[in-house]
Formats: sequence, C-alpha cells, structure tokens
Amino acid sequence: MKSSSKDDYSIVLCGQAGQGIQTVESLLMKIFKSAGLNIYATKEYMSRVRGGLNSTQIRVSSKQVRAFVKRTDLLVALDDGAIRHLKKRIGKDTIVLIDEKTALQSQNLVKAPISELASKTGGKIYANSVAVGIICGLFEIEQKLIEEQLISFFAKKDADIISKNIEAQKSGYEFGESLVQSGTITMPQFEPCDLSDDIVINGAQAVSLGAIAGGCNFISSYPMSPSTGVLVFLSKHSEQFGIVAEQAEDEIAAINMAIGAWYAGARAMATTSGGGFALMTEGISLAGMLETPIVVHIAQRPGPATGLPTRTEQGDLELALYGGHGEFPRIILAPGSLEQAYELSAKAFNLADKFQVPVIILTDQYFVDSNYNIPELNADGIKIERAIVETKPDYKRYELTKDGISPRGIPGFGKGLVTADSDEHDEEGHITEDLDLRVEMVNKRLAKLTDIIAAAEKPELWPSDNFENLVVCWGSTYHVVKEALENLDRSDTTMLHIAQVYPLHESIKTTLQKAKKVAIIESNATGQLAKLIKLTTSFEIEHKILNYSGLGFSVEQITDAINDWLK
Amino acid sequence: MDSEKYNMGDIDIAWCPGCGDFGILTVLKEALSELGIAPEELVMVSGIGQAAKIPHYLKCNFFNGLHGRALPAATAIKASNKTLTVIAESGDGDMYGEGGNHFIHTIRRNPNIANFVHNNMVYGLTKGQASPTSRRGFVTPVQVAGVILEPFNPLAVAISLEASFVARAFIGDKEQTKELMKKAIVHKGYALLDIFQPCVSFNKINNHKWFKENTYYIDESHNPYDRNAAFALACETEKLPLGLFYLNEEKEPFEDCITAYKLYDKPLYKHQIDTKKLQGLINGFY
Repeated sequence: MKSSSKDDYSIVLCGQAGQGIQTVESLLMKIFKSAGLNIYATKEYMSRVRGGLNSTQIRVSSKQVRAFVKRTDLLVALDDGAIRHLKKRIGKDTIVLIDEKTALQSQNLVKAPISELASKTGGKIYANSVAVGIICGLFEIEQKLIEEQLISFFAKKDADIISKNIEAQKSGYEFGESLVQSGTITMPQFEPCDLSDDIVINGAQAVSLGAIAGGCNFISSYPMSPSTGVLVFLSKHSEQFGIVAEQAEDEIAAINMAIGAWYAGARAMATTSGGGFALMTEGISLAGMLETPIVVHIAQRPGPATGLPTRTEQGDLELALYGGHGEFPRIILAPGSLEQAYELSAKAFNLADKFQVPVIILTDQYFVDSNYNIPELNADGIKIERAIVETKPDYKRYELTKDGISPRGIPGFGKGLVTADSDEHDEEGHITEDLDLRVEMVNKRLAKLTDIIAAAEKPELWPSDNFENLVVCWGSTYHVVKEALENLDRSDTTMLHIAQVYPLHESIKTTLQKAKKVAIIESNATGQLAKLIKLTTSFEIEHKILNYSGLGFSVEQITDAINDWLK
Repeated sequence: MDSEKYNMGDIDIAWCPGCGDFGILTVLKEALSELGIAPEELVMVSGIGQAAKIPHYLKCNFFNGLHGRALPAATAIKASNKTLTVIAESGDGDMYGEGGNHFIHTIRRNPNIANFVHNNMVYGLTKGQASPTSRRGFVTPVQVAGVILEPFNPLAVAISLEASFVARAFIGDKEQTKELMKKAIVHKGYALLDIFQPCVSFNKINNHKWFKENTYYIDESHNPYDRNAAFALACETEKLPLGLFYLNEEKEPFEDCITAYKLYDKPLYKHQIDTKKLQGLINGFY
C-alpha cells in the first residue's frame, strides 16, 4: 500500500458554533490556493447556532485533494472540548495547537498565545486572525498574499478593523514561524503550482451554478438543512439572472409553485432534504400526471424524521425513487464531483423539459459542504434545450404519441388552450373515466421510459475498464473511493461510479457480470442502490461496505474496507 | 365580447341539478366577456372538489391541480407570466381546509390573482361531511352530534392579514356576484371573493331560502378602506353581510415587487441566460 504523500497535510479547526471557524476556513482556503496549494475543505457541525462543537478539515497539498481523510496532522483547538470531540481522529502524530490558557496536559499539545495576541490587538474577536496567522506561519506563506486575502475578505469593514486583523495575523504568523524554526513542529515541503485559473466552490454552489447554466429562472423552497445553500445562492443572484426566488410557507407550497411555474413557461426547481421531500411527494405525483417538468434537489441527511439535521447519509434514494403515488417515469441523478454536479444540474432542466417528468438531483450534506479547487467551469459549455411549442387553435396538450411525449405548450404563447389536469384525462386535458383511454394514457406516460433509458448518463469506470474486482459507488463517495483506490494501487480493482441512479444505464449489468468480485459502497444501512441494481439487473451484490454514522466515509475507512474485502 | 365564446358545447357536467355552481359558471363567463378577457389570456387554477371542476366547463387555459394547492400554483403562474389573467377558483374545503396554510400565506404574498371560493358550508364530492365553514350544530354522517368546531371565518382572516380585496356574494343574486367578480379580477393584487352557494344534495339547512333570510347587503355608507369597520362587518354572525368589505389599493402585487424582473420585465419563458454574466459569476470564485 502506498503511504499518503508527505506533502498532503490535514488541518482540523475545531471550536464552538459562533466562534468563527467558517471565517478561518474561508480565509485559509483563499490564502492556500493563492499560494499555489491545492485545497479540500469539509465540515461537520451540530444543529445549533451557538455553543456545541463544530469542526472543519482543510487538506493542503501539492497535488489535487478532493476527499475527507480521518488523519489529522494539525488540530487547531479553539476550545478545550475539541480534543474529546475529535478523539477518534487524533493519532499519535497529530499536533494539537491550543491556547496556552488551557489546563489540559498531553505530549502532543503545542500551546499558543492565541488569546493573549488577540487581546493585545484589541480583543477576543481577533483570535481567528491570530489562528490564520499561526497556520500561515507554519507554511511560511508570503505575507503579501495573506494581506491581500484579508483585505478583500474584510473589504466591507472599516480600515481600522482591517488593519487590526492584519496585525493580529502578523503576530500569529511570527509565532507560527517560530514553531517551525525552533523545530517544535516539522512541516512537509510543498511544491506550489499555478492555480490562478482554478476556482474554489462547494457542492451547493456547483448545483446552483449548474441550475443557472441550465436556465433555471424560478426557485421556490422552504429552508431545510443541508439543502438551503442552493436557495440562498439563487436568491442572492435573482436580480442578476432574472430568477424568481421565493421562500414558500412549506414544502407543499414550494413544489406546487415550481410545478405551476413550469406550466407557465419557467424553468423551476425546489431544493430540500428528505423530510421536505416527503411533504413534496404528492406534488411529484402531480408532475407525473400533469406531465409537467420539475427539478428537485435533495441534499440528504440522516433520518428517519428529524434524524441528524446537519449530518450526512445516502439514505433517501428509495424515497426519491418511490416517493409519489401512482406509476410514472422519473430520473434521479447523483453527481460525484463538483464538475459533474454543475453539468448534471444543468442537464436536469433539459431532461425535465424534454421528457416532461420529475428529475431529482440527489446530493448530501457531505457533498454540499465539500469545497475544493477545480479548473474554471465553462458557462458556454451547456446548451439550453427548450421543448416549448407555440400552440395552434386545435392544440391538444395530451396528444397520444408513439414515444409518449406530447408537445408541450404554455398559456399565452400561441392560439391554443393549455390544460393541465390531475385527474385521469383525455387528450384535451379534460377529466375522463373512459377506462380504455385510461390504459392508453398510462401507456403513453410510461412509454417515455424507453427514451429516458437510452439517454441515461453512462457510469464511470476508473481507472480502467480491465478489472477483476469492481467497487460500485454512487453520488458523493466518488472522490473518497477514488483516493482509496489510489492508495491501494491495485491494477486488478476498478471503481464503477453511477451518477444516474435511476433509470440505470444499460451497460451496468454486463459490467457487473464481467467482474470476478463486486462490492458496493453506500452511506446508508441497507444498501439501497444494491437493492435497485438487483431489481433492475437481477445481479446481487453481496459484499456491502456501509456507513450510517452521520459522518461521511473517510478515505482510510474505505481503503481498509476494500483491503479487508480483497484479503 | 360574447360570453358564448367560453361555451364548451355539449359536455357532461358532474354537478347535481339545481347546484349553485351552475349559476357561478354562468356569471363567471359573463364577467369575463364583459371584461373582454380572451380564453387564451386566462388561466383558471383549481384544486379538488365539485367546485374545482369549474375550469373543465368553460373555454380557458387551466391548471386543475391537487386538493388544497391551487393558490401556490396560481401564484407561480402569475409570477412566471404577468400578462396572464389568473383566477384560482375552488370550494370552501379546498381553499380553507386542505389549503388553509396557503390561503394565509397567499394573502400575505398578495399576488395579482382573483380567488373565488364557492362556499356551501358542506363537503359535496365526499358526500356530506362538515366543511371548515359549516355552522355549529350542523349534523353530518361524521359530525353525528353536530359540528362542535368554530366555523372558519375567511373574511375576518383575510382582513386581519391585510388582504387587498375582500368581498362576499350570494349566487342567489347573480348581478351582484358578477359585479364583485369583475371588480376582483380587475383589482391589482390578491382579491378574495367568497361566494355563498346552496348545496342541494348535502346541505338541507343552509339552502337558498336560508341564505336569503340570513344575509343582507352592506350599506352604501360603509367605507371599504376602513379596515376596522370591515373587520367588524366580517365578524357579524347573526346576519351575514354581502358586498365589498375591504379594499387596499396601495399594496404592490407580489410579482411587481420581486427582483427577478428588474433587469428584464418579460415573461420567464422569454428570458435567456446571459452566459457572459454566468462566466463572470463563476470566475468570481477564484
């Protein structure tokens, strides 16, 4: 097994909610990236606004890093409780940087005058900039770069506050530098690269940018962790991009608004988590009957019920798949990388428009809160395919067609009348109890599945399509599994990442049959994709690597699990 | 415009003979034709129930959605294309019961739509159970000892939420119903018109005669801009007032307040994504 490269450093910041860890995280990401170092950041947090303990991991490396690791090289404890909170992630080599006022004693504690330097500058509030300074000092990052980032980060603040933050950072920096110079902490050597064309985004931003690229101009949602980032993002840019962004009174209103908006010609979406989607399911069924397109983003969190509101799980595939009464086609996408989230979120609108079915984008807390640098996304790369027709006077909304797709008109565009009926209906959209027609209408709606399957997203085989052992995964575990396979460095083992979980691409069955051994990795307790694969392909994946602790898989966890499996 | 233009020809209507819904349908077509609204410019939005079938009985664009969910859909349709005339029309169970939360928040949102509610104080399609507006003591197969819940007062709720147009009609007076419908459609903002209507099959108490005897016309001296006076009228239970209770013409409709149309004030289906702007936004995440 390859050991992780030395120039891959994992920093964990831990403190109470409200202490400003997010500020430190944002600043450090910008500083490291501008210094030419690749970064990955993710957080785990409690469902509270103040107190408790939250942590953020920032990985810094000369090469690309895009996944959560259990290993902690440096823990910056802004609260004494951090050590107990993160005990499972502190190893014998972990250096714990903690305020010198602590009463805690341990070998690997490095005491730092964080609060003293902060109060010298002007108060407790500057402790975050001291911490940023200490970390930058350890990495010996050029002062100029740090100051530039601080100035732009605090741009809206008074000059006095900006200069005090710089001062606090400098005093921290000197201390950090002294730790390296005195040999207290030994830092790896990094080889900076040119990342000036890279951007740093998280999963929620990737989904949101993709939605805009896909022509989304309407979002109605009810705030629910961890999905709210998408609503916030589209609301923030509503004027700039002409997006109607409305906070609905509940998820039921949200989905009915989004469906109404599509009916009137908008490209609409709703963002929610499992509990909210449970409320939306009647609306999903409505979209199935009306044959109105709809896009829903579900950022999963552990259930049942309120569950763990701020944590992660892939436990709602079956909810997304079966939510909604009656039988009608749908599409479920589960992006694995930020680039893929951008592309698939845009594509979701084209698919919904073309097939007039619900399209669900399935992510999770781990995914929406994961940040890393990627090459700039291309806004021109996505073509918006609109399927609206101008209606003629004899227009029939539910015209029976061979492929099941009736040309979709919208009210006010053309001479025809556009009807949408939740009852079983005739071609003109009027209520019918003609049972022969009922059968024709069901067949028409389900006929769309043929073309939907043909258009399914092809799963990715990595690193090779020559393999003996196949590791199947879907959605957010993409980079964790990839890095685990890199660590294992076995030429006989390949990852099959499925980014469209329903309907499955037709190649999946033969790919599975080709393998000598197959394992599946899912962040849930029952192997929901494995069940769906069995249902679709009759192929039973017996070896399941599952995790439902609420904390996402770490690279080490998957590396060990695959290693055990292949022993 | 002739109201014939809205006629569907020989269709099978699912209402009981003598139902008040017939009168409302006739009046609606007349109101629309007198206002010169073409069927292609109109979207009727409804939920589920006997009243909610009304879009099927006149020529128009329509969205016959889920039980209780007409208002969110109607709001979104208007917000997506402001040039459309949008009427959300359904029964008391649909709008005030199943859709009660949306009723409250749609009033707060104030989209420029008309909301016509057929109020017969009973559930028709599910055969005779109490509706949110059933009077105390009303005996049904479910409320066997009579309704014990306080009846929902849609007008008082609407006025308390500062709805911009609040009125009540009785279909026994077609002329007044039509005039109030026209005013509600023309009104800029959310307009509630609660329409008393007898249910000939399941409500033998609140029949045509009862409505005649238990309603009266709001006096001409009433100032509809006086919210307290309007609220006092809405709280009357002895005899139920008919007419325009409350009017607030100063409130801006929802879709005129949202930022989406600041730069490009056209229906959403005409909006094009500005890829240069998007590239700029992406590049901002350096």
